[in-house]
Amino acid sequence: MENSKNIFNEKPKGSLAKALDVISTMASKPSGFIGLAILVFHITLAITSPWFAPYDYKAINPSLMLNAPSSEFWFGTDSLGRDVFTRTILGGRTALTITFFGSIIALLWGGLLGIFCGLVGGRIDDIVMRIVDAFLSIPWILAMLLIVSILGTTTEVLIPALGFFYGKGIVRVARAATHDVIAKDFIVSAKARGHSNLSIIWNEILPNVRDAILVEGAMRWSWMLLGFSSLSFLGFGVSPPTPDWGLMISNARGLMSFAWWAVISPIVGLSSLIIGINLTADAFAKALGIDRSTKAPV
Amino acid sequence: MKTNIQEIKDLSVGFKSQKGKQISILRNITTNIRKGETVGIVGESGSGKSTLALAMMGYIKHGLFTTGGECLFKSQNLLSLNNKELEHIRGRKIAMIPQNAGQALTPNLKIGYQIEEALRLHTDYSKTEREQKISELLNQVRLPSPKIMALRYPHELSGGQQQRVAVAMALAGKPELLLLDEPTTGLDVTTQAHVLELLKDIAKDTGTSMVYVSHDLGAIAQVCDRVIVMYAGEIVLEGPVRKILKEPIHPYTYGLLKSIPKLSLTGLPDSMPGSQPQPGNIGNGCSFYDRCNFSNDECKINVPKLEYLSEMDTSVRCFNHSELISKTSEQKIKNHSQKEITIDEILDLKDVSISYAKQGIIDQFLNKVTDTNPTVKDINININKGETIALVGESGSGKSTILKSIAGLLKTKDGYIKFDKEKLLSGDLKKRNSEDLRSIQLIFQNPDESLNPNHTVEQILSQPLKLYFGLTGSKLKSSIAELLEKVRLGAFYMSRYPRQLSGGEKQRIAVARAFAARPDIILCDEVTSALDVSVQAAVLDLLHKLKEELGTTYVFVSHDLAVVKAISDRVAVLYQGRLCEIGPSKDVYQFPSHPYTEVLIGAVLEPDPDIKPKLVAEDIVEEKPPEKGCSFQGRCPRIIGDICRNKTPPWQIGDNGNAIRCHIDIEDLKIQQS
Repeated sequence: MENSKNIFNEKPKGSLAKALDVISTMASKPSGFIGLAILVFHITLAITSPWFAPYDYKAINPSLMLNAPSSEFWFGTDSLGRDVFTRTILGGRTALTITFFGSIIALLWGGLLGIFCGLVGGRIDDIVMRIVDAFLSIPWILAMLLIVSILGTTTEVLIPALGFFYGKGIVRVARAATHDVIAKDFIVSAKARGHSNLSIIWNEILPNVRDAILVEGAMRWSWMLLGFSSLSFLGFGVSPPTPDWGLMISNARGLMSFAWWAVISPIVGLSSLIIGINLTADAFAKALGIDRSTKAPV
Repeated sequence: MKTNIQEIKDLSVGFKSQKGKQISILRNITTNIRKGETVGIVGESGSGKSTLALAMMGYIKHGLFTTGGECLFKSQNLLSLNNKELEHIRGRKIAMIPQNAGQALTPNLKIGYQIEEALRLHTDYSKTEREQKISELLNQVRLPSPKIMALRYPHELSGGQQQRVAVAMALAGKPELLLLDEPTTGLDVTTQAHVLELLKDIAKDTGTSMVYVSHDLGAIAQVCDRVIVMYAGEIVLEGPVRKILKEPIHPYTYGLLKSIPKLSLTGLPDSMPGSQPQPGNIGNGCSFYDRCNFSNDECKINVPKLEYLSEMDTSVRCFNHSELISKTSEQKIKNHSQKEITIDEILDLKDVSISYAKQGIIDQFLNKVTDTNPTVKDINININKGETIALVGESGSGKSTILKSIAGLLKTKDGYIKFDKEKLLSGDLKKRNSEDLRSIQLIFQNPDESLNPNHTVEQILSQPLKLYFGLTGSKLKSSIAELLEKVRLGAFYMSRYPRQLSGGEKQRIAVARAFAARPDIILCDEVTSALDVSVQAAVLDLLHKLKEELGTTYVFVSHDLAVVKAISDRVAVLYQGRLCEIGPSKDVYQFPSHPYTEVLIGAVLEPDPDIKPKLVAEDIVEEKPPEKGCSFQGRCPRIIGDICRNKTPPWQIGDNGNAIRCHIDIEDLKIQQS
């Protein structure tokens, strides 16, 4: 009813214009603006850092061990004499890449399976959801450790493994969102016309559940980032000497009492990125009109 | 002259749009409620009637604010009181009865507890007195055995009983003013008539003033002394109920009354063109100018004032009301040519029964029939090409269930459905071929739910065209334009989303989608019950014209007997999933008829205070059809004995050609009912 005149004259927008609309709505609130700024900053940094990193990230120099921050080494050096600033700005690259693709995999399989279960219902739905529940009850970190210790810690293993474990939550969200839509008459109408299940999913359900799934995917991304960094921390993520925040925290934490700089930079890097993603995902949800506060996280 | 209990002076309520523009919902409302009278507020959705009723208890919805005027209850301005002060008035002095009592009652608390809570908050009775009072209140709203009733949970009561409990709660504080917001809208016709009867008696016994908000002029006619007609946030007509309904001197009221289908008339009602302007879109002149048949140039420029005519005790907002007085007496009846039905069978339902009960795995394995008493049983209906057959009944009568099984959405348990004389329709949607699917299309009750909110009109209409005819590109586009033309909408609607359309426009799109498949049969499931009366008339008119043009067969499901009479050629009356009566519509509406048809017709509310509904049966709702005997045995006012309980009644053919399934001899029925 609000702005009725506007609504009636509104022209249908292309998907690009719609996306720009959503982003501008997100940026109009302080929290959304900050979140977006942090996220954009991190992504730009991850892409461009190899070109302006001051030092070689793997150059070991015993004479420069654990130097405090100075004009030469802005964030100090670590226990092997490597420049912490260089390693910090490079440290998010692997994590961001792996979790980004992991999230997409999680979105795809989780979203599609959830929609499918919601649509067909009945016994198939029951069985699939009990399997998903069973997987949800397995501590993911143990399962991940098992997988990487058998298959190795390569990117080809990590991306699908993370994608699988973080997609389970999305299955439930997608299924619940589908259940909201499925009882509506336009689905019944499409069924009665004789559309195939695939066509119903694609044309009728997906446009109505897309927003909920995307928001959930964005949230999963930050969880996955934390998970991947935990793996690195335990030594199962990125292998040295590749710089990675989780690994850096793990290496430097023993020296925290006298070389705080070596551990604080990766911590700030990791937590700021996660906060950024969370704020962005929340603003994204609000811009799309989804209220996450009313739904318990799955 | 009775004293005024509430006076509303120049009240305006509005909201600020996103651009900071002030948009009015209510504009300069001035009226008053006298002690002991029942005032009806009538209007279509969006006319501001509920906002006005809420303002009467000092409540303005979140987001809205008062932009002027006051609302005086016993010379105290409710809109300037704080919450604490309002608490003393609400419930004690002014009480409200909500539209949907099922949702207004707390599901996990017993009825008795909820009424006691109302008593505790709004009266000073002691605990023992309160317990006494609960029974009294439940008695007052005519609920049987109050002691047992008080121990029940809301879900254990029927819709009518829940509404009665809500009335009891509202009466707990002995209010002086009772506000009722569409209290009978969600109820079945027979239940509605009973609840209205109760409200009328309460008003008489307690002397409480009532404000009755409704879109249903039939209900208003039964309970109200005075009527306020609202349009686009303004009062356009106000006066005694007889004057308003019999000599409507405002063109909107006149049109509204003409667009209501009535049992006494045959043929389709007149429809009003256009729709109510959106708030903020009201022009300079009269807000009804665009839709008015009596307007002149003055109406376009000047806003008419609410003028009081003392000889009629009526206030009217129209420049030309004096001309209307003479015109209202003319009755132009548009007769819809009721064609002689040619016997050319297109759909044949034979011994159809449908059950919602699922067979357990073991029973399935043993091939055991578990449900001997299915929801729908023994349905035999032949539908001829080009006719409109209506399935009528209250909720739970199985009318929508039958429709779903014709569409293939529900499997039949026994019997078969034959299409076009020889083709047997499979109960499984997946096994039907594309041609059969195309031939039968559905239109749903609520266009808000039946149109995908994320699709444009173009996308919505292209679905069936692509699926059945494989159209693409410019051919698709021109077909869509053609369809829009057919439902009297322009091609520029293509790029719009459902949320940008009004209720009537949405339903037209749904109609267009059904016709896109060029079907032989269209199944209409309560297609007009979610629409306003003036829009309903237009949609009925459209359906009728399309049928004349294309020769489509309609299976029309409705609970509204007047609508059914207007549109259908033949009527089948259902109770608890069993057929009671079937025949040409002009005969079904005449006696002799099945006792259930008699009850239904008796309960129809006509917008005329002199035609009272005949309440013959109790409004109890049975959850399950009886195992044996007549389906209507539980409520039948003419039950003759054990034969009704034990033996399935035989079909008898009346002299008009309608078939009645009853044990009472048709000649006896004729004598009893005349």
